Amino acid sequence: MSIEIEPGTTAQEPAGSGPVGPRLARPWWMRPALHTGIIGAVIGYFIGHWLGNFLSWNYGRNGLSDMNDFPLVLGYVIAVVGFLAGMGVFNDLGRQVLGKPVPVAEEEEEAFGGVARYFRYSLDHKVVGIQYLVGMIIYFCTAGLFAMAIRTELLSPTYHIMSASSYLMVVSEHGTMMMMLMTSVVLGPFGNFLMPLMIGSKRMAFPRLEALAFWLTPAAFLVLLSSVLVGGFPTGWTGYAPLSVQATQGMDAYAVAFGLMGISVILAGFNIIVTVINYRAPGMRWSRLPMFVWSMVTVSFLMVLATPVLVGGLYLLILDRTVETSNYVNQLGGSSYLYENLFWFFGHPEVYILALPGFGIVSEIIPVFCRKPLFGYRVAGAGMIGVALLSFFVWQHHLFVSGINPEMRPLFMLTTELISIPTGFIYLVAMGTFWKAKMRLTVPMLFALGLYFNFLIGGISGVFLSDVPADTTEHGSFFVMAHFHYTIMGGIIFAFMGACYYWLPKMVGIKLNQKLGYLHFWTMFIFFNSTFLPLFAVGMLGQPRRVFEYARNLQGLNDWVSISSFLLGGSILIFVINVIWSTVIVREREVGNPWNSRGLEWQVASPPPPGNFEHIPVVLSGPYDYGVKDAPAVADLNPPVGVVSAAYASAGTASTGVEA
Amino acid sequence: MAESQAAAAPAAPGEKETNHGLRIALIWVVLALVADLLIWFLWYPHLPPGRMSESAEHQQFDIAVLALAAAPVMIFVWTYFGYTLVNWRHRDGDDDDGPPLFGHTGIQATWIGGTAVIVLAAFVFGTVELIVPAGAGAGEGPNPVWKPSGSNLLQVQVIGQQWQFTYRYPQFGGMETTQLVLPVNRPVAFHVTSLDVIHSFWAYQLAVKADANPGVDNVAYTTPKHTGGFTVRCSELCGIWHGAMFDYGRVITPAAFQVWAKTNEQIQRQKGVLAALPPYALTYDPTVIPQMGKVLIANGITGAGGYYYPSSDPVTP
Repeated sequence: MSIEIEPGTTAQEPAGSGPVGPRLARPWWMRPALHTGIIGAVIGYFIGHWLGNFLSWNYGRNGLSDMNDFPLVLGYVIAVVGFLAGMGVFNDLGRQVLGKPVPVAEEEEEAFGGVARYFRYSLDHKVVGIQYLVGMIIYFCTAGLFAMAIRTELLSPTYHIMSASSYLMVVSEHGTMMMMLMTSVVLGPFGNFLMPLMIGSKRMAFPRLEALAFWLTPAAFLVLLSSVLVGGFPTGWTGYAPLSVQATQGMDAYAVAFGLMGISVILAGFNIIVTVINYRAPGMRWSRLPMFVWSMVTVSFLMVLATPVLVGGLYLLILDRTVETSNYVNQLGGSSYLYENLFWFFGHPEVYILALPGFGIVSEIIPVFCRKPLFGYRVAGAGMIGVALLSFFVWQHHLFVSGINPEMRPLFMLTTELISIPTGFIYLVAMGTFWKAKMRLTVPMLFALGLYFNFLIGGISGVFLSDVPADTTEHGSFFVMAHFHYTIMGGIIFAFMGACYYWLPKMVGIKLNQKLGYLHFWTMFIFFNSTFLPLFAVGMLGQPRRVFEYARNLQGLNDWVSISSFLLGGSILIFVINVIWSTVIVREREVGNPWNSRGLEWQVASPPPPGNFEHIPVVLSGPYDYGVKDAPAVADLNPPVGVVSAAYASAGTASTGVEA
Repeated sequence: MAESQAAAAPAAPGEKETNHGLRIALIWVVLALVADLLIWFLWYPHLPPGRMSESAEHQQFDIAVLALAAAPVMIFVWTYFGYTLVNWRHRDGDDDDGPPLFGHTGIQATWIGGTAVIVLAAFVFGTVELIVPAGAGAGEGPNPVWKPSGSNLLQVQVIGQQWQFTYRYPQFGGMETTQLVLPVNRPVAFHVTSLDVIHSFWAYQLAVKADANPGVDNVAYTTPKHTGGFTVRCSELCGIWHGAMFDYGRVITPAAFQVWAKTNEQIQRQKGVLAALPPYALTYDPTVIPQMGKVLIANGITGAGGYYYPSSDPVTP
């Protein structure tokens, strides 16, 4: 079903807006931006802290810090509200309440150009995309530095560089930062920037939610990082209770930050779902939707359905820690299993949130560089939907040795193994596309091939983990750690890198240095495998996760892994240098369509003009019709007047999306 | 798998001069066969977790069989990718697009059917390997479903606390030790519980793993098959000294075990240790241990929020 209403006439007009007058030009420091946000955050923290102390004056206090958790949590929460208020998030809401005119996205975009807009609450999806991209690279590198600190400590089984508690702090910061912030690593930059272009829309459905979703990520990042100031938290990214109830105040940062990020991804997911359903250009049937958009839709459904469970679980945890409830304390009528179930009910879809966008990206990249249509378009879509659906029915495989529900183990073993069928579809699609292809081994293509190589190891090791007898040895060991780094880092981070090389020319109109790109790929591919492949052996030989002391006979393997991980860090540094060197210093212009792609996003100028399309395009054929004789252009960018409305009129009944 | 790929390959469309499908299949069969032979004869005897107990033997077998199934799948994908990378690269000056293949029902159906068969076989095999060795050494909770046969079960309670395991032997007066000692060839029931946070009891060479939840009796079974030493590690993050939470146990002959256990029980009874210990129970609640409860009540502590626990890090494990 295509959309019935022509976007731009009614659908993209926000409700309640009157005629827009010229906005007063104020000096930059008077306009809401990052600096006012920071001021708001500081004021908010002190208000929250005072309020917390006021409300909890008769509660017990921690002897070390002369504080309890209540003022800290309220400080964090109100600091975030203050930050958002300072950023101007609530300004339009206020205007609307007062009946004043509210600017719409496109005008906003033209009103403020330059670098300054990237530090503002911008309603332009392309600005938000770039904000996300820079933010995600910063978060990824920060968490990556924590990872290298872990590997430094593990150079020796007995000689310690960090204290036991600093080590645990570093492990927890690394894990949590990667798992919670990387949730948006693809959906944030590429989903927000490219998806409207791919479906022929001028904008996202909810530009304010989109911008809010982004500005919650630096808040979550800084709140999480702030836990270092009070000694960190000892639970890893899983935050299992009752350890998280017992932990000192660093734990509050975990709960608040993860909750903020949860809200951010729920908002982002809603926005994407609504945009794809309602903002597709005429002719953009479901059967013509690029695979990347399919992956964004499925991921968004996972985000919207799974993340609220996490936010609820963390809320109960905060209650346990602040107002002394006992939701997760077994001795007082709570249940430690309750947290495990809530967490993994979110946590397992979460790892597919981290896998599916990677599949979407490689499905987008390989047809272009094979010069062939995507093999089995519907199989690829079915694979993504199948993975997304099944991911809700597997969470107890994380609890195979926990002692809960032994009779359910065969069932969860079955559902977990069933996931490998739709995942196999993704491989079938790749293999079919490679058949008699004319493969061009460009940097993005190499990263796509890297994903297929890595994810195969990750996926097959997952079958070992899904099998209860094998899992009994592997559970909680470095084997698990190697497995999910293969699926997440070897999957989505490789896809993310490939997407950067593939789409950055589109997004900023600047070429990335290809030589550095090849160097980056080969070093990352080799050192990634050299880092994580030995960890399967380390785990099987009996090293549990998150330990700072291990058996002496495993030192050789651990040292190999540590040195590889430093080199892997060097490889990521090449990427960062390449991005900065190419986009800031050299700035070689990229015009048009360097990869000769049929994607709709490549049919407009690079970088895309304000408003994306001069006219709403009419999509004429699928995005992967490479090698098809007399294939029509992918879209008519200047449809004659009246065609668009005629298309909508006929599309209402004729096209139900089943046409190939 | 073998039939599915053999059937799928010749069905590929557009075959004229070179039968690429057949070539790929041949390379794959040879490589897969070599890999499987190596796995079975060379790797299987040395695979973790060894053969020290019944559950270890089963897990080793299980892992080896999964590897036998996994190797051909991985080799097929890699062979295929390698073949396409070598043969179907872009040649200079050739700017035509490739053949427009949008799909092939037969290949797609074969692939889906083949993967489904492998997955279902893995599920059936895994279930059998879970049930036959009495839960495969995994913690089965307070009401175990799969139990070992025979009435000669040795009961051992494993108590996790920050940051050590202790072991109680209810059949020997409830004596408590810091070292796990087991007789060979006698089925053991581990009752794993915790006093504070979640730990996980992992006797690596015995291939037993069971989470220790406070207030929960988590039962796991195995039968030691060889005498020797084994390592116990905590495999669930339990606080700062999680990495230092390990000890070493021994499997000894039944006669030596009887001597060790009786002697220990005797010593503990004489020194008043048994009398000082709380009576043997499946779970313990630190808040109702008399001495500790008094302290808590005296301080007026009724809620959670970390007040059961010392607020500062202990200096040593």
